[in-house]
Amino acid sequence: MINIILTISLSLFCLAILLALYRIIRGPSMPDRVVALDMIGVNLISGVAVFSVVLNTHAYLEVILIVGILAFISTIAFARFVERGDIVEHKRDY
Amino acid sequence: MSIREIIEWAGVILILLGSIMAVISAFGILRLPDVYTRSHAATKSSTLAVLLSLSGTFIYFWATENFISVRLFLGISFVFLTAPVSGHLITRAAYRSNVKLADISTEDALKEVIHKKEQD
Repeated sequence: MINIILTISLSLFCLAILLALYRIIRGPSMPDRVVALDMIGVNLISGVAVFSVVLNTHAYLEVILIVGILAFISTIAFARFVERGDIVEHKRDY
Repeated sequence: MSIREIIEWAGVILILLGSIMAVISAFGILRLPDVYTRSHAATKSSTLAVLLSLSGTFIYFWATENFISVRLFLGISFVFLTAPVSGHLITRAAYRSNVKLADISTEDALKEVIHKKEQD
């Protein structure tokens, strides 16, 4: 019974990722796509947690931290790119 | 049914609630009209979804194997801290790069402030 419920919730997370993927393909502007990408990262974290419960192991719990940090940093980099046009600013010599 | 099984079931039901919240926020990101309301759906409700499912996993491992995972706890606190920050940053970048509001929105309070700053 527990296995059925966990499979249902894993497939619901996959459905959420697919809906966000539709927004990435369709989205009219660049920030739409970045918001959907951030949401995919968050759903991927929860999916990995449920997956480690299904397989009954602790080995995948590091993946949660790594994916969380990578999603945060990539969202910040995309925000800076949308706002200013580049990510790493060079010092100009006048 | 022992107390251990009851706590285990509580964890599983928290995970199920979290997945239902994730699907609801995905429908929000699909149906809402412009990027500001979409970021509202994506940031707030998916933070709740990841909080519910990660605490469900925490409670499940605690009940079945007496294993208190520090990594899961760090993951919960990290997502809870950084999701509002990234939502705010991407919404601010969208407003600065002139992404339009939806047609049904009635008031843009930030527009006057920014234009007054440009005139000074």
